[in-house]
Amino acid sequence: MVAQNIGFAIIATIMVIAAIRVVTTSNVVHAALWLVVVLAGVAAQYILLAAEFVAVTQVLVYIGAVMVLFLFGTMLTRSRIGVNSGLNNRYSNLGIPVAMVLFAAMSLALADSFGTEKLPSDGSLVTTQQISDQIFGPYLLPFWALSFVLLAAVIGAIVLARKD
Amino acid sequence: MIRSAEALQTLSSGWFLEHAWLIPIVPAIGFFIIILFGKKLPMKGSEIGLLSMLSSLVLAGGTAMQWIDRVNSGAEAQFIAPVVRTWNWWQIGGMKFTIGQSIDGLAVIVLVVVAFISTLVQLYSTEYLKGDRRYTHFFAALTLFSAGMLAMVVAEDTILFLLGWEIMGLCSFMLIGHWWEDGANSRAALKAFFTVRTGDMGLLVGVAMLYFASNEWTTEHLGVSGFSIRGISAWALSGEPNSTVILVASVALFIAAIGKSGQFPLHTWLPDAMAGPTPVSSLLHSSTMVVAGVFLVSRLYPVFFTGFDILGSGGNFITIIGGITIVIAAALAFVQNDIKKVLAYSTVSQLGYMMLGLGAGAWLPAVFHIFTHAFFKACLFLGAGSISHSASHHSFDMKKDMGGLRKVMPITFTTWVISTLALCGVFPFSGFFSKDEIIDNVGHNGYQLFMIIGLIGAFMTAAYMTRATYLTFFGEARGASAGEHHDEHHDAHAPAHDDHDSHDVHDAHATDHADHGPHESGWRITLPLVLLAVLALSSGLLNATPFGEKWERIKTWVEPRAEVVMETAPGGPGHSNVLSIPAAAEEGHHDSPCGSETPEEGVCYAPQLQHAPFKWSKAMLSLGIVFLGIALSWLFSTLLYTRKDKRLVGLTERNGVLRAGYNLLINKYYLDALYENVIVRAIAGPIAAAAYWFNQNVLDGILHAVARASRAFSGWVYRNIDQRVVDGTVNNSGKATKGAGGVLAPVQSGKVSQYGALLFSAAAVAALVLVIINS
Amino acid sequence: MLVNQFLFLAALLFCIGVYGVIARKNAVLVLMSIELILNAVNLNFVAFAFAMETQDGHTFALYIIAIAAAEVGVGLGLVLLIFRNRRTISLDDLSEMKG
Repeated sequence: MVAQNIGFAIIATIMVIAAIRVVTTSNVVHAALWLVVVLAGVAAQYILLAAEFVAVTQVLVYIGAVMVLFLFGTMLTRSRIGVNSGLNNRYSNLGIPVAMVLFAAMSLALADSFGTEKLPSDGSLVTTQQISDQIFGPYLLPFWALSFVLLAAVIGAIVLARKD
Repeated sequence: MIRSAEALQTLSSGWFLEHAWLIPIVPAIGFFIIILFGKKLPMKGSEIGLLSMLSSLVLAGGTAMQWIDRVNSGAEAQFIAPVVRTWNWWQIGGMKFTIGQSIDGLAVIVLVVVAFISTLVQLYSTEYLKGDRRYTHFFAALTLFSAGMLAMVVAEDTILFLLGWEIMGLCSFMLIGHWWEDGANSRAALKAFFTVRTGDMGLLVGVAMLYFASNEWTTEHLGVSGFSIRGISAWALSGEPNSTVILVASVALFIAAIGKSGQFPLHTWLPDAMAGPTPVSSLLHSSTMVVAGVFLVSRLYPVFFTGFDILGSGGNFITIIGGITIVIAAALAFVQNDIKKVLAYSTVSQLGYMMLGLGAGAWLPAVFHIFTHAFFKACLFLGAGSISHSASHHSFDMKKDMGGLRKVMPITFTTWVISTLALCGVFPFSGFFSKDEIIDNVGHNGYQLFMIIGLIGAFMTAAYMTRATYLTFFGEARGASAGEHHDEHHDAHAPAHDDHDSHDVHDAHATDHADHGPHESGWRITLPLVLLAVLALSSGLLNATPFGEKWERIKTWVEPRAEVVMETAPGGPGHSNVLSIPAAAEEGHHDSPCGSETPEEGVCYAPQLQHAPFKWSKAMLSLGIVFLGIALSWLFSTLLYTRKDKRLVGLTERNGVLRAGYNLLINKYYLDALYENVIVRAIAGPIAAAAYWFNQNVLDGILHAVARASRAFSGWVYRNIDQRVVDGTVNNSGKATKGAGGVLAPVQSGKVSQYGALLFSAAAVAALVLVIINS
Repeated sequence: MLVNQFLFLAALLFCIGVYGVIARKNAVLVLMSIELILNAVNLNFVAFAFAMETQDGHTFALYIIAIAAAEVGVGLGLVLLIFRNRRTISLDDLSEMKG
């Protein structure tokens, strides 16, 4: 139990620092790399929560595919690789109070409704089989819908990005 | 007689053996420290690299000592169980991946060599790369590189093996392309990376095949997965595997070894990899990168043993590739003017010997050759670096910028000569004991043709090394070593060898103002040279077959004893010295059935291999060939390079046959042209064309169809729904909106960020409201 | 482990993402911030699934990952198109939709 908490604390600290760097760094490529750290941290948290398949998917899709897309996006739009001071807009100061208020509201709600509720200490591992039973059983319809969304996204991305 | 369980000794173990997994971990941590904090440290991270390699060396040394104790604690011919520790790494969908260490004699010997050479190379680099622009990155990559190799060596399973293997591939790319501002360097790095990757596919395929083929058997008999190297070895010798499956798997694995170890026909990357800094060449080509392929074959030897039926035939895939490599690489070494390229082809050729030995059942001599070769080849490379650093203004051209250096660089010269003699295999230098053993055993195991190839290779080795030595150290000083472009050495070093790849002409150059004229290098360069030369001289004595069995220490310590083992030692700390109980093994002679027949009970971990008895008559033959090579080459070099004998100078221009041969060699058998112009174009062209066709015909077709369909549909929607239903509503609401819009217009700035800010502010306010209401 | 420690972490990530969406000008960075927000939501789903010992949260987390992939694909396609037409991806310069 203690080990898990220590692990959580370490990973959470790294994640928060990395997330803050994502939104504050003045280098687009660095932001992408810090995002990798956050995403990997999320994957690690999934492992702590015994969600190994989600963790693997997270690593494959996010760190593998989405990050490559981001880096390509950075490259193809010829964003300045390197330090670039003009990444924040004029409303950047507005962001801090909004985020603070939002966090305060959520913290109040969370502290109020969950308090010190504990997670089950003997939580069993969710196997890939159970997830597939879920997806292809009760949640089949959303799965179909999702497939169409993906198809639409694929065609849309090609249409948008191709040269006419 | 059946050996009873009482006849067995309990094997000793110790802290270093149990914690050998720390050896790769330490440099891995060192890498992270260097990459994160290196630039802020007083010595720019090099001290961390050196320190971590030193700790690894100490750990490896301790492991070696305790392994020797462990071997001595066993009974004669008793199977010495490796020290295994595994941890569960990953578990998904019923498959379990473990990660762990398995320390046996092979692992120990390679660990010691790798840690030792890496430490010396790091020390050397602190001087050689002084003032380099990416000094810190260089040490980071160098440290990670060693970590990868060490991880591969201690690996208990093929997964970790693969991991270490790939880390090395990546780091070699970074190190070879260290001076990537020069186009030639980054091309060489890419070439090395892609060529090795071509082979790596074989490793992936082989590992996967072995897993699926052996997993059931290993789980049942040994309780380990099909990734465990021990499990695979036992399975391969169990008589269980289908001969086709194991043949295909071993071919796949050997393709990986071809790529990594620069064997024909994928050797072309290795000489180009000389573009990297010299310490990198030294590390890559003596003990780490290129040895990985040989290590793969010797590590999974039972698979190759069974797959290629090594003792049952007079030639197989490995020996053919090894034999071809020995000869063609040695021939290429004759026409090189670049000293590092001579050494590179020499490495390729020596790796051919190791492969030949492994292919012909000479396991121990091949492994011993890894050991000795690492020392003398590292010494030669570092010597070449010392020359370019201190004498020839960063040129590696023997014909233009060297010559007559023996007087000005006595230490470099002495170490070079010792290592050259070791490489040629002159008694009593270390190369003699390993290379001669390979040639001997190859013949002993029925591969006569390949023994002759080995002897021819020995002749060629002696000849090209003599040529290189003559050009470098004897004759008269030429070019930079004569101090020629001494005044202009800050700007004119490139034109001096513009017809050749120019190495090491970058940042390291800008700072060394001290070198006016050739001189001896500093202690951080000469100390590694001297240490390596001492080992090149003496390391052969560790397995000096000619002096009788007492001298065959490496054989005792390293060679796995082929014994039928009834039970396997369970892994985990404290358990690894629980001993196996062997079945019927007759006392007196230790012929075990392993490898030749199926063990009825128990398992084998290593095949039983014979050793050729040493005969001075055979040794004299090969020594004679070597001396002949040296003498002929010396004579030829003197005539050609110093006296400019008219009959020899320009011979290749005059004689058509020789010219054709020379051109073939200069163009490296046209293999590069074949790869780049024919194969890459043939593959890349059609793929690009197919992708274009697919884009034009299929995707466009789909898009047009979708567009047509949606146009028809929207037409219908427009006529029936939009016009009648929606418009009526919109027209009315529009009037209401117009009034409100006038008030809110300033908010609609069209700026996305502002919209986002407003959206989230609204959400925050709404959340606050909800919280307050609910509390 | 408490339920709340994961939920607080997710909330913090979410708010950092919100800050990024508001403060950033570069379109690619805004997309990255959106990824932070989506990950925070996912973390909540999985934490709740673990707390309640069901697998529904996992399923939804997977669906969200898929949606996020589609979103990034289309989003970057849009960014690319904008860049091609305008030679900039600074969101401050895109105010044609001004009402």
